[in-house]
Amino acid sequence: MADTTQRQERPVYRNIHITQIVGYRLPPAGIVSILHRVSGVLMFLLLPFVIWLFDVSLTSEISYERFTSTFVAGLGWLPGWLMKLVVLALIWAYLHHFIAGVRHLWMDMTHSVSKAQGHNSALVTLGASGLLTVILGLKLFFN
Amino acid sequence: MSEKNYGSKRLVVGAHYGFADWLAQRVTAVLMALFTLVLIAQLLFGAKLGYERWSAIFSAQWMKFLTFITIVSLLYHAWIGMRDVWMDYVKPVGAKLALQVFTLAWLVGCAGWAVQVLWRL
Repeated sequence: MADTTQRQERPVYRNIHITQIVGYRLPPAGIVSILHRVSGVLMFLLLPFVIWLFDVSLTSEISYERFTSTFVAGLGWLPGWLMKLVVLALIWAYLHHFIAGVRHLWMDMTHSVSKAQGHNSALVTLGASGLLTVILGLKLFFN
Repeated sequence: MSEKNYGSKRLVVGAHYGFADWLAQRVTAVLMALFTLVLIAQLLFGAKLGYERWSAIFSAQWMKFLTFITIVSLLYHAWIGMRDVWMDYVKPVGAKLALQVFTLAWLVGCAGWAVQVLWRL
């Protein structure tokens, strides 16, 4: 057909580009979803640090001292407060990933996937992980 | 289904493709959640925490059993998750393959280290 050669360029919708992220206003469920990913990747990258903590805390009483001093005297050139901050980031990541995961399992099992429930359970997830992170953060920094 | 289901025409999407991984990610999540709750319960109810009690928790054979399950679950769970992340965001095949190889090496190495810590206790 003649008009096929002259037809207009059709719009192409690709994935969101990284530079567009700030312009998007995600609903709570979308925020929970992307943070589920972010927290997962964060824990994946910090996995050797977690296992190092597991190692020094368990191997001997001497290494246990090194474990506790990591959060006071620091680790190498890294100060103790920074180590606490890293652990706090891990605490948040674990809590968010855990609660968002339970939300997923709950939705899988009950098939309750209405818009309102998705919205509310997302807010509960953000609230619960945020609150628990603050509480554990206060305990971590101010005991 | 297309006539030619092999080579470059192989059907790689559709019902049940990826179902095993989807299920495995959930099963491993439940196992890790169980470990978390058991560990928290042991930390909350008991004497003041120090090396003695901390090492005693992981010295119990049943706890080693559960911790080992958790380590292997984490390995598989994180593999599925990271592979999904690379599949979604990294399009060049070479870069994707390199990142997937890195992920596997990273996870297997970490799992080996964790098992070593656990089993010499």
